Amino acid sequence: MEMCRIVFSGSGGQGVVTASILLAEAAVLYESLNAVQSQSYGPEARGGSTRSDVIISDSNINYPKVIQPNVLVSLTQQAYDKFYPIIRPGGLLITDTRFVKIRSKVDAQHQELPMYQTVMDKIGKPIVFNICMLGAVIALTDIVKTESVIKVLESRIPSNFLEINQNALTLGIQLAEVIKR
Amino acid sequence: MAIKEYIRERFFPHIWCPGCGHGIVLNSLLRAIEKLGMSKNEIVMVSGIGCSSRISGYVDFHTLHTIHGRALAFATGVKLSRPELNLIVPMGDGDALAIGGNHFIHAARRNIDITAIVMNNRIYGMTGGQYSPLSGYGTMATTAPYTNIDHSFDTVQLAMAAGATFVARTTTYHVQQMTKIFREAVLHEGFSVVEVLSQCPTYFGRKNRLGTAVDMMEQYKNNTTPVGSKAKKENPDLIERGIFVQKELPEYCHEYDKIIERAMQKIT
Amino acid sequence: MSDNIKFLQGNEACVEGALYAGLEFFAGYPITPSTEIAELLAYRLPQRGGRFIQMEDEIASMCAIIGASLTGRKVMTATSGPGFSLMQEALGYAIMAEIPCVIVNVQRGGPSTGIPTHVSQGDVNQARWGTHGDHAVVTLTASNHQDVFAMTVEAFNIAETYRTPVILLFDEVVGHMREQLVVPQEGELALVERLRTAVKAGVDYHPYLPREDGRLPMSDFGGIHRYNVTGLFHDMWGFPSDKPQVVHDLIRHLVDKINNNVNQITKYKSYYLDDAEFILISYGASARSALHLVEYLRPRGERIGLLELQTLWPFPDYLVREKCGHAKYVIVVEMNMGQILQEVRRVMDQPQKVFLANRIDGVFITPMDIRNIMRVVQGKGV
Repeated sequence: MEMCRIVFSGSGGQGVVTASILLAEAAVLYESLNAVQSQSYGPEARGGSTRSDVIISDSNINYPKVIQPNVLVSLTQQAYDKFYPIIRPGGLLITDTRFVKIRSKVDAQHQELPMYQTVMDKIGKPIVFNICMLGAVIALTDIVKTESVIKVLESRIPSNFLEINQNALTLGIQLAEVIKR
Repeated sequence: MAIKEYIRERFFPHIWCPGCGHGIVLNSLLRAIEKLGMSKNEIVMVSGIGCSSRISGYVDFHTLHTIHGRALAFATGVKLSRPELNLIVPMGDGDALAIGGNHFIHAARRNIDITAIVMNNRIYGMTGGQYSPLSGYGTMATTAPYTNIDHSFDTVQLAMAAGATFVARTTTYHVQQMTKIFREAVLHEGFSVVEVLSQCPTYFGRKNRLGTAVDMMEQYKNNTTPVGSKAKKENPDLIERGIFVQKELPEYCHEYDKIIERAMQKIT
Repeated sequence: MSDNIKFLQGNEACVEGALYAGLEFFAGYPITPSTEIAELLAYRLPQRGGRFIQMEDEIASMCAIIGASLTGRKVMTATSGPGFSLMQEALGYAIMAEIPCVIVNVQRGGPSTGIPTHVSQGDVNQARWGTHGDHAVVTLTASNHQDVFAMTVEAFNIAETYRTPVILLFDEVVGHMREQLVVPQEGELALVERLRTAVKAGVDYHPYLPREDGRLPMSDFGGIHRYNVTGLFHDMWGFPSDKPQVVHDLIRHLVDKINNNVNQITKYKSYYLDDAEFILISYGASARSALHLVEYLRPRGERIGLLELQTLWPFPDYLVREKCGHAKYVIVVEMNMGQILQEVRRVMDQPQKVFLANRIDGVFITPMDIRNIMRVVQGKGV
């Protein structure tokens, strides 16, 4: 497989980092792939712009940061404005319709998805917005199997929250499937 | 067991000056331990740096002569690692309350079962007579040639406020009281602080014209009074001695045993 | 999936390695970017009957682990630059009193409070000379989680073998990034346990009299031998001495026991060195960027190799000479002003062919940064 470089971006508290870790963990634990996740840290625990880099590959990964992502996910305007210029030509850009207004066209496949709105309409809890996004990412990239992510969710999420997380993942997958069709 | 059995004769003579109060503290401490009938193998003495700290070299226990001010931090490691051992930590006043002041209050706050002895001679003796946090306003020292403008701590009040569950003060004149207090302090389960006023005729006495060692001990006799005595009310300048606090509160290592229990339940 | 495959942070890999090695006691103080080590051990140690304590500062943390080690425990503390500065006095004590212990420094940018959440490798010389006086010290590092685990185990082994503190010098990038760790099975990695004296109760035990092989069997505090431990120069009983012969012999012993065993202590990895014209020397996170570049350029015909140092101190003079003597250019890749560069230049017969590729702005050095320096060295410009 080709090395896949993903940048997840948003604001602190949106769960972008968590989603990125779940993806990388699914790749390592259930698909026998290599994955590296890293993030840039600031002193603040909430707010500010957050970025998490994930590289997934079937060969060794040495340099762990992403310079030009194949896949860029931006969940806030600030994150989008900051990172859209770095996307690899021909890559995939995923944004949320509610939070991001597109400034200029990038040389990439751009998917604007109503992820936040769908989560609020169908589940009513913003806390699983990130998992919906993760569903969209795996469906659009085919980087790992849905079952692998579900296994990670099962091992990581307390049982009373598992169902809404699984539902959110499915919502994200469905949003992507519509586009793919 | 005879007192001599507790001493490493091989390492004598000691380094203390003639008239120094620290030998009296050593004597009283060994008498207290002898009366308690403790095995030498279950006692660990940890000391820092200074005249007082040399005490650990002379006793036949497990002895750890460490770095300046940090004796209680080393002792905390020994105690938490082997709670069954008895920890005795003799310190000087600068050692315990200047450079080691933070460790002192935090050990007290944890109520870890350690006996801390503050051998208070109000001076840095080993370095030649500089003022300590217990020298007091108006005293003379080599670093206070125009008199000292630093106010002193009250060791007893500091220990009480920090949470020590046994707090006492005595002097090298009151040797029987000292032995009794040491016994109680070692037996006490929790952090014990014993302040012993111990004369330094070489530096503090000479700089402050307090006379010979005997004169200084005489002053301990005349300037102190038992805790809560009437004499203190009539003369507030008297220094109280005796046991100020003796209370039972959960001890740190016992509390940690409960943490281990909780943690082990969580995995089974 | 098998249970021993984990996806975790480098700091967590260090914890896994320490527990595998038999860590029983940890004392520490919160500081970025090492805090995860303390947090995880607060959770994990009591589950196996071990003990964790958060002390009032890093000075106390270092002292507490020394105290606990003397009772026979395997001990560790973890910190970053400012805390490592505070630990230096007690670190010297552990060297002098020959107390086995492991100190982790997950490096961030300095001096002073510096840049707490960003990477640096600026503490290399502090690890070597941070505490005062002549001494020898062991410092290990690693660039990936499997090696973080292995070097942590090795640190405990060396600490016990030579009765010495061992410093694990990691960095923010390796400490915080997540990747795979395969936890070795029990018995897969050799563990060195404490060497205890066979001297019987009542017989004179000399805690500081080295055996013929240089090792000093210990006796636990609380056990049958009562002896003195001090940071002063001391005789074979551990009692303070200022006799010139005692002082001389002790410092000789402290330095020789490490430096004479540099071959045993040296760990490294080498990539494509045999025919390399260009040799990169690197360690820690920087070695990842260096290896990335090597793996990129090799298929493109560039004769480039990498020597990754895992033992920084004692510095492996012989290894660097042997592996790099033939190279046309040697480039030291590190995130500081050239701390290992100095060592490489010192040991190489032709120091003029040794160059530095560094980054000192808190940003992780990239393969392109190194490539640019290579071009400059070759006279090709950036």
